[in-house]
This record gives sequence, structure tokens and C-alpha cells, in this order.
Amino acid sequence: MLPESYPGMGTFLKTVIRWMKGPILLFGIYIILYGHVAPGGGFGGGVVIASAFVLMTLAYGEPYTLEFFSRDQALTLACLGLLIFVGLAWAGTWAGSGVFFDNLTAGAGGHRDHLFLTALEIGSGLFVSGALFMGFSVLMGHHEEDEE
Amino acid sequence: MTEVLALLILLSVVGAIVAVVTPNLLYSVISVGVVGFLLAIAFLLLSAPDIAVVQIGVESICLVLLLRATLGREVDGGAQRPLVGVAFAVALVAGIGLFGLQVFYEFPEFGIPAMERFQDAAAATYLATGAETTGAPNIVTAVLLDFRGWDTLGEGTVLFCAVLGATAIMRRRARRKDDAS
Repeated sequence: MLPESYPGMGTFLKTVIRWMKGPILLFGIYIILYGHVAPGGGFGGGVVIASAFVLMTLAYGEPYTLEFFSRDQALTLACLGLLIFVGLAWAGTWAGSGVFFDNLTAGAGGHRDHLFLTALEIGSGLFVSGALFMGFSVLMGHHEEDEE
Repeated sequence: MTEVLALLILLSVVGAIVAVVTPNLLYSVISVGVVGFLLAIAFLLLSAPDIAVVQIGVESICLVLLLRATLGREVDGGAQRPLVGVAFAVALVAGIGLFGLQVFYEFPEFGIPAMERFQDAAAATYLATGAETTGAPNIVTAVLLDFRGWDTLGEGTVLFCAVLGATAIMRRRARRKDDAS
């Protein structure tokens, strides 16, 4: 567990990670959005995004990271992702043929074909990134309430 | 190809044994990490890059968590186990192993998908009609999010419950109504 006054790692690591965190987040978003074409998808991309924040936690300490991406935001993101996922699944029941997980855009033609799957990927990506970072942050043992 | 795969699996078995046997907790964690990354390479060789991406990501996070949890923590070898317990454990593992061996006789040859044995297997339908019926250029996505959407939803629910449980347990104090004043 990180001590309360964790000073972070050395200057080199901090500098490199300051540059790297943007590309890592971008890579995660790319994996989520291109999951229907290339290997990847919501789960893999979500894990990559969460790992960027884990890296920040290790390099800078938890208060810095939580200022950037707080636990409340992480939990909100997770809930939002799960709601998108379940909502899209229900959408088929209401609007489509009455089947749970009905693929609404299949056969729409052209690039609109996989809109439904991409939306599902985005939902699961948001959810996995939020939930994984939330789990990591909670298990690291800092208590946000104490710092208020 | 098969030889490389066999070597990878052999190495990961060695890593797993080292993780169990070594008295140092840090070595043990590192060995577990080695097993995970070797598995990721094996998935890549078996043309499953999707699983390899997730495996590498999850493995890195788990390794960091375990390292953080174990660094600077001393663990002694533990008390001597009673002989009856050891004998029972060995007998249990041997029994399960014997049953497991029977399963191997039923397996198809390595590299031959099960759907070649069963012509009307669900996987054959997925492969044949997946691209048209789901609109996904990637067949893995078609299976994960369309044919087996329920499965993905279940995974998500499990992860969500795990995180909620961890949050509830790690909270320092319970929130009460009279606590707010």
C-alpha cells in the first residue's frame, strides 16, 4: 500500500509519464472504437485506459491522480457504461423485434451496419475503465473521506 | 509452431511451480507475472490477439497490485501441516487428475476446431453468417457482443459487483444518518 505522504517516483519517470499518459489514453480509446474492425474492443481498451491511471498513481501518488480522475467520477463512468450497455440491449426489446440484444443496425447498409456494436463497445469500454480504476484505487487503501 | 507453443506452456508450468515453492513472496509474485505474460504470447501465437491484449492489460495491473501488496512484507513458512491433511490433498488432486486425463482422450486433434466434428455446431453458424447478420467486420466482436451478448453482460455485472464489494469492505467506517451532523 502507498504511504499517506507518497512523494512519487523520480523526476525522469514523472517526466516520461507526463508525456506518455496522453498517448496511452488515446491508444485505449482507439482500441475501444476500432474493436469491431481490429482485435480489441471494450474490455481490452477499458483495461488500457485504466492502466494509464494506475501508472499515474504509481508515479505521482494518489492525491494527484484522484484530482485528475476522482473515485466518484470513476464510479459514475462505470455506472454510465453499464447503463448504456443494458439500455442498448433493452432497446431491441422495445424498438426492434422484441428480442433482448436485438442488433438494431445490422443490414442498415454501409458503415451504419456496425453502429450498434460500436455503441455497445463504447458502453463496455467506459464501464471497464471506470470499474477497474475504482477497484484499484479502493484496494490501494487510501481513504478519500479523510482528506476532506 | 507446436514446439514453440509446447515450450511456452512448459515454461509457464515451471513458473507456476516456482511461484508455489519459493519461500520469498516477491519471487512468487514475479513468477505469477511471468506465467501470465507467457500465456499472452501463447494466445498471440494461437491467433487470438483479442485475448492477448486483455491478458497483457489485466496481467500488468494485477502484477502492480500484488507487488504493492507484498513489498516489504515478511511471510514465514507457516506451521507444519498435519499429515492427514497433506494425504487428503494429494489424494484429492490425484483423483481429479485421473478424471481430467479421461477428458483428454475425448479431445479432437490439436488445431482442429470442434465444429469440424459436429457439422451443425453453433460456431459454424456464427462463422458462416456472422458478417451479414451482425454487420461486424471482426468475427470476435460479432460473437462477443451479438451472439453472446448475454455472456458479456454477465461479465460486466460480475466485475461491477466485485468493485462494489471491494468498495464496501474497504470503507473505513459505515455511513450512518446521525453521522452527518
